[in-house]
Amino acid sequence: MNGSSAATRSVPVIEARDVCLSYRQRQVLDHISLTLNERQIVTVIGPNGCGKSSLTRVLLGLVKPQSGTVSRRKGLRIGYMPQRLQLDRRMPLTVSGFLSLAKGADAQGIERWLQRLGIVSLSEQSVHSLSGGEWQRVLLARALLNNPQLLVLDEPVQGVDIQGQAELYALIPELRDELGCAVLMISHDLHLVMSATDEVICLNGHVCCSGHPDTVTTDPAYLQLFGRDQQPVFAPYVHHHDHDHSCCDHATDGHEGDAHTNQGHACSSGGSHSHDG
Amino acid sequence: MMDNWWLLPLAAGLLLALSAGPLGSFVVWRRMAFFGDTLAHGALLGITFGVMTDLDPTLALVAGSLLLAVLLLPLQTTTGLATDTLLGIVSHGTLAVGLVLLSIAGDVRVDLNGYLFGDLLAIDQWHVLWLCLSTGVTLLLIRVFWTDLLAVTVSPELAEIEGRNIQRINLLLTILLACTVALAMKVVGILLISAMLIIPSATARAFARTPGQMTLLAALVGVTSVLLGIFASFRWDTPAGPSIVVAALMLFLLSLPRRSATQ
Repeated sequence: MNGSSAATRSVPVIEARDVCLSYRQRQVLDHISLTLNERQIVTVIGPNGCGKSSLTRVLLGLVKPQSGTVSRRKGLRIGYMPQRLQLDRRMPLTVSGFLSLAKGADAQGIERWLQRLGIVSLSEQSVHSLSGGEWQRVLLARALLNNPQLLVLDEPVQGVDIQGQAELYALIPELRDELGCAVLMISHDLHLVMSATDEVICLNGHVCCSGHPDTVTTDPAYLQLFGRDQQPVFAPYVHHHDHDHSCCDHATDGHEGDAHTNQGHACSSGGSHSHDG
Repeated sequence: MMDNWWLLPLAAGLLLALSAGPLGSFVVWRRMAFFGDTLAHGALLGITFGVMTDLDPTLALVAGSLLLAVLLLPLQTTTGLATDTLLGIVSHGTLAVGLVLLSIAGDVRVDLNGYLFGDLLAIDQWHVLWLCLSTGVTLLLIRVFWTDLLAVTVSPELAEIEGRNIQRINLLLTILLACTVALAMKVVGILLISAMLIIPSATARAFARTPGQMTLLAALVGVTSVLLGIFASFRWDTPAGPSIVVAALMLFLLSLPRRSATQ
C-alpha cells in the first residue's frame, strides 16, 4: 500500500513490449505490447485460442517470451485468479485451509475477505463440495489475500450462473478502489465486462484493436472478429445473455456470410487450451 | 542387553513409520508412488557400490538414493519422456544393473533377500541412529516448510506466482523422500517400501478433514501397523517387514466402510 508516491505513479505496474511467443511452430503471440497503469482496469478479449492464456502466462512470468520484454514493477505483488483449478480429492482441504496457503494470509485476512465476498459460511466446508460460483469466489479471495498491487483475473466468471456473473463483475471496480490495485482481466466476451473496464484490448494472436470499450466495439477489427450482431448495446450496463458465447466456433461459424472467415477460423481452430492444461 | 534384543527392531520400525506417514501423504497427493519405488530400486545400486568400495553400507545406500533422486528431478522435465516411462526405465534398469554388479563382485557375500524383503531383526544400533537422525530432520523440515510444501502441492502455478520457490521445495521433498526410502530398506525391504508410504496415508484419508490431520493420522496408522506387525512376527515367527505391511493393509481394509461413507 506504499506504492502510490509520485515517483512510482509514473511507472507502469506492468508493461509488455513486442512480445512474441510460438508454441509448436504456431505463433501464439505476435508482437504484443501493452501497458497497465496503477488503478487501471484492462480487459483482454478474444475468441478461444487467440492467445489470451499465453499472454497471461507471459505477463505473470510463468513463461518466457521468445522475443520482446515484460517489465514488472519491482517487488510487485500479484493476485492471480486462475481460469480453472481442479483440486485432487486425495487431499482433504477446507476453504479456510486452502486460503491459508496464500502468501501473506492470516486468520484475520481470511475472515475479512470471506466476509467481503459473502462466503463466510463456506469457511469450514470442504473445497470438494463447492458449486462453481462458490469456488470462483474462493479463488478470488485467495488472489486478494496477497494484498495485490496487480490483480489478474482469467475468465473470472467461468461456471458461474448469470446472476453471479453480474455480481462478480460489479465487484471488480469496487475491489480496485478498495485495494488501489491495477486489474488485468481476461475474457472471451465483452458484454458483461463493458461497464467494469477502462480499456479493452482485442486479441487475436496480435492486437487487433484497443481502447475504451465504447470505441473498441465500433472498431471494424472488433466487429470482424466477433460479428456484427453481437455488438453490445451502449448503455452503462446491460444484462445481455441471450447468446451462448462459451465456444468461439459460434462466433465464427455463425457468420459465414461475412468476409471475416480467414481470421476468424485461424484463431478458432488451434486453441490455446491444448497446452495450458 | 540380550533380554532387550527386540528394542532395536521396534525402535527402527516406529521411527520409520513416524516419517513415512507424513511423507507418504505428500507422495499420495502428488502421485509420486512410482517415484518412491524407483528410488528404492535404485538404492540397490548404492548397496552394490558400497560393497565394491568398502564404504559404510548405510552411507552408500543413502548416497546412492540421494544421487538418483537429484538426477531424476531434472530428467523428468528435460527428456521429453512421459514421467512413468522414464521412471519405469530407471527403476527396473537400476535394479537389474545392481543385481548384475552384485553377482560380479562375487567374492563378497550379500544377503540379497534381506535387502529385497527387509531384515528388521538384524538391524544394528547404527542404523537406528541413522533413522533417528533422518526422522528427526524430516519431521522438523516438514514442519518448518509446511505451508510451502502444501501450497506447491495444491497448485504449483499459484505458488510460483505468489513468489514461492517451487524448485527448492520440490528438491527438499525429493531429498527427504530419498533418505527415508534408503533407510526403510532394512526395515521393510526394497519391494515393500512404497507400501509404508502409501497405505497408512490412504487409510488416514478416510478420517481426515485437513491435510495436517491426514499426515498425523498417517503417522499414527503407520506406528500401529509396526506394533501389530512386529508382534505378529514374534508370535508366529513370520518375516517382520511383510508382517508390518500386512497389518497396514488390514487397517486400510477396516477403513474402507468409513471411506465410502464420507465420499
